[in-house]
Amino acid sequence: MPEELYDIETTIPSNPIEEFLRMDRMPHIWCPGCGIGTTVNCFVRALQTSGLDLDKVAVVSGIGCTGRVAGYMNLDSFHTTHGRAIPFATGLKLANPELKVVVYSGDGDLTAIGGNHFIHAARRNMDLTVILINNMIYGMTGGQAAPTTPVGATASTTPHGNFEETFNLPFLAESCGAVYVARWTAHHVRHLTKSIKEALAKKGFSFVEILAPCPTLYSRRNKLGDGLDQMEFYRDNSEIKNGADTKTVTLDFQGKITVGKFVDKERPTYIEAMNQHYQKKYGERYVPSDEMRKHFHA
Amino acid sequence: MHADPIGVLTGAHFIDGDHACSEGAIAAGCRFVAGYPITPSTEVVERIAERFPFVGGVFIQMEDEIASSIAIQGAVWGGKKAMTVTSGPGFSLMMEHIGLAAMTETPCVFVDVQRAGPSTGLPTMPAQGDMMQARWGSHGDYQIIAIVPNSPQECFDLTIHAFNLSERYRVPVMMMMDECVGHMIERVVIPSADKIEVHNRKVYDGPKESYRAFETGRDLVPSMVKAGDGYRIHVTGLTHDEKGYPDMSVSAQGKLVQRLMDKIRIHTDDIVMYKEEDVEGADVVVVSFGITSRTAIPAIEQAKAKGLKVGHLRLVVVWPFPEKRIRELAGKVKSIVVPELNMGQIVYEVERCAAGKCNVVSVPHAGGTVHQPKDIFAAIEKSLRGT
Repeated sequence: MPEELYDIETTIPSNPIEEFLRMDRMPHIWCPGCGIGTTVNCFVRALQTSGLDLDKVAVVSGIGCTGRVAGYMNLDSFHTTHGRAIPFATGLKLANPELKVVVYSGDGDLTAIGGNHFIHAARRNMDLTVILINNMIYGMTGGQAAPTTPVGATASTTPHGNFEETFNLPFLAESCGAVYVARWTAHHVRHLTKSIKEALAKKGFSFVEILAPCPTLYSRRNKLGDGLDQMEFYRDNSEIKNGADTKTVTLDFQGKITVGKFVDKERPTYIEAMNQHYQKKYGERYVPSDEMRKHFHA
Repeated sequence: MHADPIGVLTGAHFIDGDHACSEGAIAAGCRFVAGYPITPSTEVVERIAERFPFVGGVFIQMEDEIASSIAIQGAVWGGKKAMTVTSGPGFSLMMEHIGLAAMTETPCVFVDVQRAGPSTGLPTMPAQGDMMQARWGSHGDYQIIAIVPNSPQECFDLTIHAFNLSERYRVPVMMMMDECVGHMIERVVIPSADKIEVHNRKVYDGPKESYRAFETGRDLVPSMVKAGDGYRIHVTGLTHDEKGYPDMSVSAQGKLVQRLMDKIRIHTDDIVMYKEEDVEGADVVVVSFGITSRTAIPAIEQAKAKGLKVGHLRLVVVWPFPEKRIRELAGKVKSIVVPELNMGQIVYEVERCAAGKCNVVSVPHAGGTVHQPKDIFAAIEKSLRGT
């Protein structure tokens, strides 16, 4: 290294997102090349500009690699059971509507074991922001096939290749009633940050799917290179189609990836519907919880 | 502290055990209930659904029992007192979240109106076959509290007690009702709110920097905060340290699990609850609980009429088990008779505590109806043979 470079102040005092993380829990468990950390960065950037009071933001995760996000966030954070982040978050939100409740979990967690909760929370238009990291397999347990594993991909439980139809998650979310549906990849950091910010600002069930590389257990087994190769693949094969019909955004093995904001609409949220219904029916006789009353008068 | 009068229907009522349980929950301050329909427990949530809009409560019918049993825990961390209600098949689905509540020390109440199993079994008929499941159903080692009412009045009183114990010790507490008690209609007297003792969880309001979410004093029960209070808590089902952070070490596991066990064990004398009648000087003691305590009464009277010295010990709190008392009794009596609407569950505990000091006779029943008193009477007589 040339000597003059030593004179340049190269020490960065701290990572600008440090205050959002539990730094006493670093280093994190994620592998080199994993996309989850990138999405956390985008989430934090979205929070920073969201105007939300961070003391009133709670993150709820299930189990798995993405399930560890809650534990690293310097927010009220809950690491629940496998697949059950959404019903936990539902109880938390209904107890205190003042909280912005974000569910941050993986594809297997939210759409296999937790699939039932996902569809019902979307149907109810429960006031939750769901951020789903799709790495197309179960990472933490060793790369088993998930409902999101593309046909033709190899996973540890599909050693001969996967022949099961995959879930098209934006289509699932929209058809169940989600009011905000977007998909990005870990490569699209700016779009993703903006999208998470929009999702956070949205009332009701907002859903952001993020494709993220799992170099250790998906890319390696499928001979797709390392994390960087996968990011290049995202860059070269993604097509931004805002407003695309979600029926058409199925993911094929190493095929084109349709990204964008697909759904952004309004309908009454669960909490609004409940309060309006009781108010209309019972007027003064209806006694909302103190937190509910505060929320609606705020 | 006393109950909030808004939820208390003071007066005499003629209602069933399920409805009395709902009223008990409301009086105790429960303001969040999540449930899924299942016979014979559904009347509990039906009444809650009817009443909650007028008392500041939120009821939600979830998509299944798994969701219900964790939605209540989210609500508790949001600051509410919460419960879920079910019967055998649903109780089986809730097991994982009983473990979560035990591990994260989330105070909440599970009501199980027992019906005959296994599996779908006899959906509309009584049993007491979930007693061991209540204690051991989730994986790993933990402690819970389980209460067994034997009348609608007790469904009211003991549901309040269940919430109080849950708040005091930060454990899941189970109300182990059965179809008979749940559907039995009797007089239930609801006192005025100022006569109802309500216990709330210890709340931490000290400085944020020094808060350690799972640090405890001598009572081994940590103080709680709720989401949104600014403490930025982390709660996990993983083995964790006093701060609540995951700690995958053998020492952290040993320390945490030991405390989860000990926080109930050291308070066992305060928690156990049983009712005794004519136990002093008895040759035989019938140990019963729930509806079976009522079918045992004619059998005991019949035996007494024949000159036998029979006492009755009714378990009100079954878990933790009153080990000390059963040990004591086993040293004094000739036999203990244990009728229960299952094929012999609590009798194992009685045998363990009796440790061979007296004869222990099980009166099993597969459920579907209650015991014939004559079968319990026959067991009382038989238990004395050869002693």
